[in-house]
Amino acid sequence: MSSIVKQLIFSVVLGVFVISHQESRGANNTGSVRSEPLAKEISGNQPGKTAAKEHPGKAAYTKYCLVCHQANGSGVPGMFPPLGKGSWAGRDPKELVLIITKGLSGKIEVNGEVYKSAMPPQAYLTDKEIADILTYIRSDFGNSFKPVDVEFVKKVRSGK
Amino acid sequence: MITMAFMGACQSNPNKNSAKQLAADADNAGLKLPEGFSALVYADDIGRARHLAINTNGDVYVSLSNKKKGGGIVCLRDENKDGRADIIKYHGVYDGTGIKINNGYVYFGSDQMVVRYKLTEGELLPAAKPEVIAKGFDDQNQHAAKPFTFDQAGNMYVTVGAPSNACQLEDRTKGSPGMDPCPLLAMHGGIWRFKADVLNQDQAKDGYRYATGIRNALAITWNTVENKLFALQHGRDQLGSFYPELYTKEQSAQLPAEEFLSVSEGSDFGWPYSYYDPIQNKKVLAPEYGGDGKKPGRPDAEDPILAFPAHTAPNDVLFYTGSMFPEKYKNGAFIAFHGSWNRAPLPQEGYYVAFVPFKDGVPSGAWEIFANGFAGIDVVTNPGDAKHRPCGLAQAPDGSLFVSDDSNGRIYRIAYK
Repeated sequence: MSSIVKQLIFSVVLGVFVISHQESRGANNTGSVRSEPLAKEISGNQPGKTAAKEHPGKAAYTKYCLVCHQANGSGVPGMFPPLGKGSWAGRDPKELVLIITKGLSGKIEVNGEVYKSAMPPQAYLTDKEIADILTYIRSDFGNSFKPVDVEFVKKVRSGK
Repeated sequence: MITMAFMGACQSNPNKNSAKQLAADADNAGLKLPEGFSALVYADDIGRARHLAINTNGDVYVSLSNKKKGGGIVCLRDENKDGRADIIKYHGVYDGTGIKINNGYVYFGSDQMVVRYKLTEGELLPAAKPEVIAKGFDDQNQHAAKPFTFDQAGNMYVTVGAPSNACQLEDRTKGSPGMDPCPLLAMHGGIWRFKADVLNQDQAKDGYRYATGIRNALAITWNTVENKLFALQHGRDQLGSFYPELYTKEQSAQLPAEEFLSVSEGSDFGWPYSYYDPIQNKKVLAPEYGGDGKKPGRPDAEDPILAFPAHTAPNDVLFYTGSMFPEKYKNGAFIAFHGSWNRAPLPQEGYYVAFVPFKDGVPSGAWEIFANGFAGIDVVTNPGDAKHRPCGLAQAPDGSLFVSDDSNGRIYRIAYK
């Protein structure tokens, strides 16, 4: 039997032992609530399977940015610039916040391609949404740039 | 397929060996075609190839949306008659989309002008110096392409796209109302008629608004058999982005239809006030103008003759008049669907050439996908994943169909045995 399976069986046995002890003390919890932390623990013990939490910026990106910049940040050739390697994602975060809040028009060049569609302002986004979206873009699509925090976005938007 | 490719790699390139024969490529240039049809790569990697025109001697002229090697027009000739271009030259200082041969000239549409270059019999390259035919078009950051067509009475019809999605006060901005009436319609969002051979015509002073209420008709052609103008519109985007309370993601991906239009003088097809809903089979009032997805469109909006899947981006249309293809294709319409970008998170659609049979000037049956496989993948999620995107169509003197691709600059030649 592989060591992984042995670990798994041990965890299950231990978990069952823990649960049965809690039940005997008259805890109010239902069985399903108590089995949740158990499930997480099992998955945590299996190599290669992490309970990865989705980046908070991904949901906001999906809702507001994906339609043009696409699920993998590749943009649309000739229309909307990409956000991955070689793109503007690594620029000064202040510039990026302003692009989101004020929009961007005129000819720009990204990765050797010229784009001239206008990006409309997304001023309705909250400071947190902007921080999350920029942090997501800067850490995904092949990028690894420093995150952008809410305080910074607040400062930029207040004109400081 | 894989075995053939492997064998091909081990031996010398089979295409090079058969270079002298007018034979299709072993894999039909990657395309899926109906029985009896074949394809070859006429030219490859020539630049962002938009539309194309073919001279009576077989010379091919392709417009580029970005200049390459100093030129915005690619001039190609197949000198050794093996079906593939062997002379490729770049010409002209403008880039753009519209290109047609008319009356001994190559006409070219850059974003703000239509010019023409004189052709000399037997010579591939047209004259160096262009003449300006139509000018005064706005500098636009969207829908700026100027495709055009000619009737048989000395007129030129130019698409002037609207620099807008739905004529909102603030374009593509949630909550911004539609301008009513839409001021853009005075000089955009329709088709303008000019004289084909008068120099320096100005859109405002000399152009005639032939048809209106068309957001952006990249596909435009004069049907010489019916003596009528036909066009296809790029329908508006992002119903779901701006009105999530009215449209689900699925509905936003499926609305509105791309409309095939039979255009007469004075036609009004309803943009921006209305769009065509292919599920309800009617023009529906746009949400920017008080629509809720169900209210009928404004009464003066003409219906299309055919409705295609939403956002598929019809980039060119051609009525087939050749004799090479079987009888059913005669006088029917080929349409190049460039492919969508805004159906995400659902898969994108289009990326194929469709065919619509016609009889007596009207569609006579269901449309079908004629040539598929341009994208190189079965499901396109991100438009950038598509290897090739069909953009332009032209009919060669021998009746074969040429298709241009603006992603990787491939020119396909589709033939029938």
